[in-house]
Amino acid sequence: MMDSSVKIINEWDIVAARQLGRNVAKELGFGIVDQARITTAISELARNIYLYAGQGEIIIEKVENGAKKGMTIISRDAGPGISDLRKVMEDGFSTSGGLGAGLPGVKRLMDEFSIESTLGEGTLIQSVKWLR
Amino acid sequence: MNMRIPILKLHDCLLVSIQWELDDQTALQFQEDLLHKIHETSARGVVIDFTSIDFIDSFIAKVLGDVISMSKLMGAKVVITGIQPAVAITLIELGIHLEGVMTALDLEKGLEKLQRELGD
Repeated sequence: MMDSSVKIINEWDIVAARQLGRNVAKELGFGIVDQARITTAISELARNIYLYAGQGEIIIEKVENGAKKGMTIISRDAGPGISDLRKVMEDGFSTSGGLGAGLPGVKRLMDEFSIESTLGEGTLIQSVKWLR
Repeated sequence: MNMRIPILKLHDCLLVSIQWELDDQTALQFQEDLLHKIHETSARGVVIDFTSIDFIDSFIAKVLGDVISMSKLMGAKVVITGIQPAVAITLIELGIHLEGVMTALDLEKGLEKLQRELGD
């Protein structure tokens, strides 16, 4: 199993993370639409790190579950954490004046999505896309 | 690393073809460059073609939506063309609708639409 990660410190790292994600998605045999979903999801997650946490990491792992194969995207930061998880999962909610597509959008693009956040400690988001 | 997107003038229209993946700086620079070019050339219409682009995230979509509104303030109409199926699917799933934005399947149809809109 090959894992790889990109540290997110500046906005160029967002580009690096999504390129890595797209390459792994291609390698795993994801179709064009799923490649776009995965690339977009990574871009959103990496941008959240850059905007809200300052720095963090995007980790990309290949996963297997019985006959199913897929790709896990982990977004990890040691930023301020999220005070109201329910609120950030609402469509249209944004504290940065962005489009507010953010996390609910990522959840829709991926097959599985989970988020843990502790105030003052950081946020961990795990999402999976399965090969169809 | 900061590459500028070429903006071509064709009669009273501007043509832009986005050829590579946009990073934040390039997108913001393009926003500024396009508005200056509209001002400089008195262009009444703009076509922005995305045929070569295989994904658009919420940031790029926001910059794009903003530059369309800004162009409108300056009296220029914008048509976006060449959005790939995968891009259309991911944008909507992401929750981005770009409502009120003129679109066409390809550059040719985009120019035709613009000519009709501009009434000549």
